[in-house]
Amino acid sequence: MTTITALFSKINDSHIASERFKGVSGDLAKVIVFPMLGILGFLLLWSVAAQNIDTSLGKFPGPASVVEQFGNLYEEHVREREKAEAFYERQEKRNADRMAKDPDFVPKIRDYTGKETFLDQIITSLVTVVSGFLLAAAIAIPLGIAVGLSKPLNSAVNPIVQIFKPVSPLAWLPLVTMVVSALYNTPDPSVPKSFLNSMITVTLCCLWPMVINTSVGVASIDSDLVNVSKVLRLPPLTHVRKIVLPASIPMIFTGMRLSFGVAWMVLIAAEMLAQNPGLGKFVWDEFQNGSSDSLSRIMAAVLVIGFIGFLLDRGMLQIQRYVSWDKASADR
Amino acid sequence: MSILLDIDHIDMVFPTPKGPFTALSDVSLKIKKGEFVSLIGHSGCGKSTVLNVVAGLYQASKGGVVLNGKEVNEPGPERAVVFQNHSLLPWLSAYENVELAVDQVFGKSKTKAEKKEWIEHNLELVHMDHAMHKRPDEISGGMKQRVGIARALAMQPEILLMDEPFGALDALTRAHMQDSLMEIQAELNNTVIMITHDVDEAVLLSDRIVMMTNGPAATVGEILDINLERPRDRLSLAEDPEYTHLRSEVLKFLYEKQRKVEPISRKSLSGSKKKTEAA
Repeated sequence: MTTITALFSKINDSHIASERFKGVSGDLAKVIVFPMLGILGFLLLWSVAAQNIDTSLGKFPGPASVVEQFGNLYEEHVREREKAEAFYERQEKRNADRMAKDPDFVPKIRDYTGKETFLDQIITSLVTVVSGFLLAAAIAIPLGIAVGLSKPLNSAVNPIVQIFKPVSPLAWLPLVTMVVSALYNTPDPSVPKSFLNSMITVTLCCLWPMVINTSVGVASIDSDLVNVSKVLRLPPLTHVRKIVLPASIPMIFTGMRLSFGVAWMVLIAAEMLAQNPGLGKFVWDEFQNGSSDSLSRIMAAVLVIGFIGFLLDRGMLQIQRYVSWDKASADR
Repeated sequence: MSILLDIDHIDMVFPTPKGPFTALSDVSLKIKKGEFVSLIGHSGCGKSTVLNVVAGLYQASKGGVVLNGKEVNEPGPERAVVFQNHSLLPWLSAYENVELAVDQVFGKSKTKAEKKEWIEHNLELVHMDHAMHKRPDEISGGMKQRVGIARALAMQPEILLMDEPFGALDALTRAHMQDSLMEIQAELNNTVIMITHDVDEAVLLSDRIVMMTNGPAATVGEILDINLERPRDRLSLAEDPEYTHLRSEVLKFLYEKQRKVEPISRKSLSGSKKKTEAA
């Protein structure tokens, strides 16, 4: 019972319109029962279908084997952490011993170079997608505002945006890879190239929806508000800060949520190709590995990818609600 | 009294895809300091265009507007505008909406405390001090319009331009707002140009009613002086023969001399024309 109430409150918190459902027992069905039935139905269908699909790597994984793999993946993570700790302990001890023998000895600290665990890979993916997204926002929002404010600039930029928008960002990846290797060749890179490649690919896919939505938001500001600004003789920068930016926040967020969703999808593919040590690489490595567990591990990754994508969108929604004055648009 | 505002033979021609459209032709009007002038006319006759030219939001094609001996070329806070749809910034509270104007106009000349006092004073003037920290979506249409008026008054304009300020309100709220406006007028004695569709409103509030002919090429048709004694009370005026006479003068102008002869089906056309005009 406690788990059910806990689950209820969790779902309630994350639900788009929690307000509407709070405290109404009749809506319990809407929030708990029907979603549960849906999930159960899906699990049933999945296990039946899985039984009947034979691949060269054995049967397609059903829910049970995927759950088992979640346990394995977590255990591997714990084991890997223990190994790392043991490694640092040994290193410290060795250094201390040598220092005791020879006071002039300058100890070298080496990083542990074990393989990334599933949890590490999730973190890598998240860091990559967020950095790519933030970079895109830093470029797209000012550009979108400029384009929205100036009709000539809009006419100049629009064809370029329209042509690049439908391009799959993965088509950029080879170009990005080559450019990054040409321009970024320090002997001791602080960030790996594979990270930059994936990140820039994400940036390229986030850019266009954000530019378009921001500029549309800015261009469609109520002309009365613009007139208010004119009557007050607001200087251009104040005009942008006090009128344009707040007025177009709802549209900016629409663009941001749109592109964040796409970014997360694209990232997985980009990581497969760029070998950035994230979830995409995990999937690709398991596929190449081809053990009997591979398919269920990939399926586990698929579920995790989906769940994180969902959480990211909800997170953006929460930020939008906090930032935007237009609460109605955040509920859409 | 001296002439504060001189609308000097202005023409307004809008370029349209079908060729130039003359909205106003040879509009002239002189307004004295402290005078309350209403512009009345059928929709689409260019009342708003006149106001926008005075506000500086439009540039007259010919002629010009002179305020206090200086020609008006761009918008400015000395010609504050109360827009028909309140046009408050929806993300700011009533107080902050007025504050934006006060910061801009008195940014350097008033201290922080003085500004605060001035903002609160203006909100009190329109009876909005009880809800000054509410946002526009939390208050009624009439209250929004009050805040809009407070914002305009807070700019301490030389002339207050009101573009159908009560047009979007229901009849009872409108009457209430008119009383408030008269109260404020009695205290501040601002110079006001108000656009209206409402004959009673025009007679009740104005010192002069400027009746405009139908467009295109609209111009000033007749000017009616309203010499009713102030303070005016709508109830006692309803029986007043002078009031009834003035009212019928305006009605005669609108429905006999300047009757809209367009057939009903062309109404939508004139509506779209007005839109391009406003754009």
